[in-house]
Amino acid sequence: MDHGDATTTTDPAEASSSLGAPLVELKNVNKHFGELHVLQDIDLTVRRGEVLVVIGPSGSGKSTLCRAINRLETIDSGEIRIDGVPLPEEGKALAKLRADVGMVFQAFNLFAHKTILENVTLGPVKVRRQRSSAAKERALELLDRVGVKNQAQKMPAQLSGGQQQRVAIARALAMKPKVMLFDEPTSALDPEMINEVLDVMVALAKEGMTMIVVTHEMGFARKAANRVVFMADGQIVEEATPEEFFTAPKSDRAKDFLSKILSH
Amino acid sequence: MGDFLSQFGELFAAYDVPGAFWVNIQLTFWAAIFSLILGTVLALMRISPIASLQWAGATYVNILRNTPLTVIMTFLFLAVWTQLQISLSDDFAQNFFRFGVIGLTVYHAAFVCESIRSGVNTVPLGQAEAARAIGLSFLPAARLIILPQAFRGAIAPLGNTLIALLKNSTVVVAVSVSTETSTLMREMIESNANFIYAIFMIFAIGFAVLVIPIGLLTTFLSNRLAVRR
Repeated sequence: MDHGDATTTTDPAEASSSLGAPLVELKNVNKHFGELHVLQDIDLTVRRGEVLVVIGPSGSGKSTLCRAINRLETIDSGEIRIDGVPLPEEGKALAKLRADVGMVFQAFNLFAHKTILENVTLGPVKVRRQRSSAAKERALELLDRVGVKNQAQKMPAQLSGGQQQRVAIARALAMKPKVMLFDEPTSALDPEMINEVLDVMVALAKEGMTMIVVTHEMGFARKAANRVVFMADGQIVEEATPEEFFTAPKSDRAKDFLSKILSH
Repeated sequence: MGDFLSQFGELFAAYDVPGAFWVNIQLTFWAAIFSLILGTVLALMRISPIASLQWAGATYVNILRNTPLTVIMTFLFLAVWTQLQISLSDDFAQNFFRFGVIGLTVYHAAFVCESIRSGVNTVPLGQAEAARAIGLSFLPAARLIILPQAFRGAIAPLGNTLIALLKNSTVVVAVSVSTETSTLMREMIESNANFIYAIFMIFAIGFAVLVIPIGLLTTFLSNRLAVRR
């Protein structure tokens, strides 16, 4: 895995200074799955243009955190705001807000009965009410950008995992989202396909997209992230720049975790 | 064997056997369309996020699915038509035919609903999540993403329901639809008791000829239209 070097790594201090107003704000967020307290008093602010990597052992609540931001998981208490607006409970207002939040899943979740092109145009046409010719044109542009334009007429099952995940990114981008959520986007991929997805994500980060990325890919964190949040047992244990976090973690939990994933 | 054939010839000459089957086919056709619509609405209610709709859908299914079809038909005939004097057509035969279609529809809609729900279970949860994540609310997500995949996964159980519907269409005798097969069969037996085996064979083979293609077609379609994942 590419660990990056000084020339390719974004300088965290410089990057932080160019960040905008708060875009995603979580205040005192709590969530239980039965007895299990999966999110404990989570406070987190992500600014416009920021790339945040959430890292942590499995069961730490990082996926739940990511999914709570567009209310695929409900929360028990606390507040989540996107661009200043509290997450609506249900119905049209929630659907409208979700349209502004792009989501990329671990299992891709491309619509299995639709072609690649239809997967990307469906949201713009049915939610944004764009003319289908305009939506198609933009979809082909996006598919070209993620390198799968030549697959536009195929069905999802005909594509490799890496290709499917890049289509899923294009599908989310077609909605012109304010922020993109990535829930372990490379965890279900074969090793040789991970980089083609990460390359797209790094390019997106460089263009200034606000991103919240749950991942274990340290190469990506070093190349593209402004900040790393380390979660364990439903709590945010540590927040730091990627460089600080990977070279000099402060908490014992983080040291322990990193020693396990770096020892090979 | 030659004896049998001559009996068939005699029976077909004296009775309108194809006409009786045609009545069952018509009943099945209309009831299939209406129960597909009602069953889809019920399935939507049962998978909706609104608790009262879920309850209403489940209650309908549990009551109608567990009531004998004969009881539903007799209820329509005695309670709705005779007592409440609700008529669906000035034409007597047409009136009973429509009651028959209603009885078949309300009963089979419960099974259609459950078939579609089994189809919904073949659609991974991630499909619904992805639909919600791009900003589709419940109904558009159901219409565009969930149901198209659910129907493809439900073709085999829907085919079974259609087969049951075709055979159950003989129960409309309970609402006085007098031109369909089971009525005809009884008439034929009453006046030709010595032809009993030939009569049974006519109706057994007749239904088999109608049902077997339905089974073959649904098996073919469920393979052909299966969603590749």
